[in-house]
Amino acid sequence: MSVSGAPTTSAEWRWAVRDVWTMGRRNILALVRIPVSFVFALVQPVMFVLLFRYVFGGAIRVPNGQYVNFLIPGILVQTTIFGAIGTTIGLAEDLQRGLIERFRALPMARMAVLAGRTVSDLLRNVVVLLVITGMGFLVGFRPTGSLISYVGASVLMLFFAYALSWGFAYVGLAAPNSETAQAMTFPVIFPLTFASSIFVPVAFMPSWLQVFARNQPVSQVAEAVRGLMLGVPHGHATWIALAWAVGALVVLAPLATRRYRRVA
Amino acid sequence: MPDLAVETHGIVRTFRDGSVRALDGVSIAIPRGRVFGLLGPNGSGKTTMVRILSTIIRPDEGSATVNGFDVVRQADAVRRSIGLAGQFATVDDNLTGLENLRMMGRLNHLDHATVRVRATQLLEQFGLAEAARRNVKTYSGGMRRRLDLAAALVASPPLLFLDEPTTGLDPQSRQDLWGFIEGLVESGTTVLLTTQYLEEADRLADELAVLDHGRIIAQGTSSELKARLGATVLSLTFSTTADAERGALLLADLTTKPAFVEGDVVDLTVTAGPAAAAEALRRLDAADLVVTGLALREPSLDDVFLTLTGHHAPDGAAEEPIAGSGRRRR
Ligand SMILES: Nc1ncnc2c1ncn2[C@@H]1O[C@H](COP(=O)(O)OP(=O)(O)O)[C@@H](O)[C@H]1O
Ligand SMILES: [Mg+2]
Repeated sequence: MSVSGAPTTSAEWRWAVRDVWTMGRRNILALVRIPVSFVFALVQPVMFVLLFRYVFGGAIRVPNGQYVNFLIPGILVQTTIFGAIGTTIGLAEDLQRGLIERFRALPMARMAVLAGRTVSDLLRNVVVLLVITGMGFLVGFRPTGSLISYVGASVLMLFFAYALSWGFAYVGLAAPNSETAQAMTFPVIFPLTFASSIFVPVAFMPSWLQVFARNQPVSQVAEAVRGLMLGVPHGHATWIALAWAVGALVVLAPLATRRYRRVA
Repeated sequence: MPDLAVETHGIVRTFRDGSVRALDGVSIAIPRGRVFGLLGPNGSGKTTMVRILSTIIRPDEGSATVNGFDVVRQADAVRRSIGLAGQFATVDDNLTGLENLRMMGRLNHLDHATVRVRATQLLEQFGLAEAARRNVKTYSGGMRRRLDLAAALVASPPLLFLDEPTTGLDPQSRQDLWGFIEGLVESGTTVLLTTQYLEEADRLADELAVLDHGRIIAQGTSSELKARLGATVLSLTFSTTADAERGALLLADLTTKPAFVEGDVVDLTVTAGPAAAAEALRRLDAADLVVTGLALREPSLDDVFLTLTGHHAPDGAAEEPIAGSGRRRR
């Protein structure tokens, strides 16, 4: 392996892929062992569905159609983003328990710890997304778009959340301990998810907020997902959302990787 | 393979922008097949040394080779040739013992068959076969340590780093672990061991270096150091001060340093504790002197520091293991 730690030959790449798989499998085993963390990942989106569907929903009017059809695609986007925060907690715990220290003394691929973590968190997100989708249908969500674009919408939000999880990985590695790690993500995550078109149309917000709320990435993803699921025109939102996801991945992955090299 | 498993020259490593000099010019050489003990109190730089040699962090100055490979330029080759058991047992609580070892085997890039064989073998060897399929969360401190050591051995490395392997263990677990380490040494493994306990270093290490504030203040074989440091203290209590003084005279030839009399207590520095105690009792009995108390005291790390530096070991140099999980390294 090269001095920088990145795989160069094809044999090194094969080992790197195997290392990612080993690490990912370890994380998934832990998830299965402590289903509590799974339940936690589900409780919050379930609460949001119930809260907005039955408590706030009656007071919210959306331009065309029923609020539940507006709400559920938004909640799904929020759920996958919140799900990606798990990366922060997982890495901060590994760091605190000294496991990362141990991994650094092994001949394994340097990138495998981060890649294994983000990939296993992505798989968890897939399961959470399926459950909340089922929940959405239970409370009356009736998408009117094609199946293909429905699946496309799901893949888009998972990809966006995956890209963000590299940013959350950075936070997990920078946090002083696992307890504060999660809280450190809130100042970024709350404005992005709540000052967005996830729960209400942006047009309801004060005009100064609209500029931010309309153009920030989470709104773009929500617009794209909603448009695809409901089969309504949504301008270039899909392409803009995709561009945000690719951009986030290109910027955040090297940032997290650099941080990983530096933790000591 | 070179004759020296570890060779360092003037290793310096600072933290916090240079304000903490954790290592301040450390040079050591460990011949293959030997056990080298790095002895020092908390904060003397032991862990920093182990982290540099196991390529976790880089030195600021100086050079180090491990099994002939440079720790900075050939870090990956170093990693393939070492095993590390860190200061705190770092095993994955969410996995079973077996899963932990298999994971370590795969991350060491062993093939599937070897991984399976080694994991089973090591669990057997470390008395964990019955607990193999239990979550590590349910393990006792001693079991975790054993698993941690087993995890370091999965790839059968020729060189093993053990950072305070028995700190925090109860006496029985400590004895067990010492037994395992001695077994490894017999099979030819080179070991670098750090410890705060003179007794541990004395029992396991062929050669010792004493670390204080990132510098080596004494180095040599354990018997050389012992000769310098004085050995066991035999402490006798008499019923009167006059008896104590008479006793001290009678036993003057047993002690390597002048007897130390304080009130009715006489402290003698002796080389062979039990033999000296028996001889002392025989003589005192023959002289009709009554001994009301007797104690044999091994020199502690603190005694060593007092002798070598004239000051006590810095804060936190534990006489006894600190119970519990202790501080987690960040
Ligand atoms: N990552 C770090 N950041 C800041 N200071 C550190 C770090 N690691 C070690 N030190 C400091 O370096 C010194 C030596 O520490 P260490 O090597 O852990 O000693 P030991 O293992 O002998 O207890 C101590 O003063 C410690 O506080
Ligand atoms: Mg230490």
